[in-house]
Amino acid sequence: MRRKIYVSLIIAICFLLQSTLFQALSIASISPNLLIVVASSFGFMRGRKEGMWIGFFSGLLLDIFFGSVIGFYALIYAYIGYVNGFFRKWFFPDDIKLPLALIAASDFSYSSLVYLFLFFLRGKLRFNYYLLHIILPELVYTILVTIALYFIILKINQKLEIIEKRSANKFV
Amino acid sequence: MKRRSKHSIPTKYTLMFLTGFCVIVMFVSFTLNLSGGPLNDIAGYVFVPMQKGINTIGTWIISRADDLKSLRDVMQENEELQAQVDELTQDMNTIKLERYELDNLRELMELDQKYPSYEKVAARVIGSDGGNWFNTFLIDKGSKDGIEKDMNVIAGSGLVGIVIDTGANYAKVRSIIDDTSNVSGMSLSSADRCIVNGNLATMNEGQVIEFSSLKCEDNAVEAGEQIVTSHISDKYLEGILIGYVSTIERDANNLTYSGTITPAVDFQHLQEVLVVLDKKEALED
Repeated sequence: MRRKIYVSLIIAICFLLQSTLFQALSIASISPNLLIVVASSFGFMRGRKEGMWIGFFSGLLLDIFFGSVIGFYALIYAYIGYVNGFFRKWFFPDDIKLPLALIAASDFSYSSLVYLFLFFLRGKLRFNYYLLHIILPELVYTILVTIALYFIILKINQKLEIIEKRSANKFV
Repeated sequence: MKRRSKHSIPTKYTLMFLTGFCVIVMFVSFTLNLSGGPLNDIAGYVFVPMQKGINTIGTWIISRADDLKSLRDVMQENEELQAQVDELTQDMNTIKLERYELDNLRELMELDQKYPSYEKVAARVIGSDGGNWFNTFLIDKGSKDGIEKDMNVIAGSGLVGIVIDTGANYAKVRSIIDDTSNVSGMSLSSADRCIVNGNLATMNEGQVIEFSSLKCEDNAVEAGEQIVTSHISDKYLEGILIGYVSTIERDANNLTYSGTITPAVDFQHLQEVLVVLDKKEALED
């Protein structure tokens, strides 16, 4: 229960920052994608199931406020959380290389899917242009923000795990 | 204490279930043109106050910083303006006389004002699309304030976009520079119609949007021409300024023209907008 409250808070804060503060801080009208960082990092820190649900709800929030149809972003984010869950075996908190690589890959595949379904299918075929002007800048900016945001999420998760372990021990 | 039951469903089945669920919801909301419904309202009540808060703090800080910077400029400007005021007051008197004359003449000719003055409500922009692909934003007035889907949104004198969805206390606006936006426009001087599409790529490259299928006499429309919303659109009210033609080229078919338009509204610094409460459909009834 405690975990659910904390995670909802993280999602809410990231969504709020993404739609207000980071839009104001956008560089060349590109802003980072915080919710991808959340969905992806909970995926590889906590496994497929949690990653999937956290991704699903982050995406749903985007759908409600900014989507053209309900369910599109929810689906993409759910899959991203789920796929990141497969890398839990190789995840060590001290090593930042794997998280960075995974988040970068997640953001790239998210952007590519958005391009494919919402632009390519409408006949906007200049993938190179969108790759250079939207996808890669967003990727770089997201990675920069990740370096700070990831450690915050990591610390919160570690605290939660300690608390959970303690209360689990009490009942033994 | 959570106990893992032996019969808990494997995650891959949950994922399959979620996939099916999302696909069905997408299909339903796409075909029936539904939006979140009650979800919109709940999410609105949770997030809109917080977005408003963040924005208020942000604008407050920016305005304080600007205040300090501009105080000196303002004092100097004040002197200059004072001189200008004297000068303008004189002009004003002459103009008043002329205006009076004009009114009389108009009355004589029984010319109505060309555009009815629409009822408008001001709203503040509280959040922009989280991603980088689309140009939709949220405003802090919703169905509670009488805002409905398909109402036009303007800022200053130019067209900003159209309301595409409403919650109780917020509304979603798709701007005309959004990649999926299409507006029927016409040139002001010759009333030749064209289609104005938002375009992410041209907007990124040169802050312009595209127009196409402009049928006009040879070179009747030139760069600098004003493009306004046309009379054939069923959603956009007639005669709202969209922008100015910046480049124009004859299409390969030799019949139509296409090119780019510089929007009349500064979309980068959009803080307050006006929602026109009259809808085109209602006006026609």
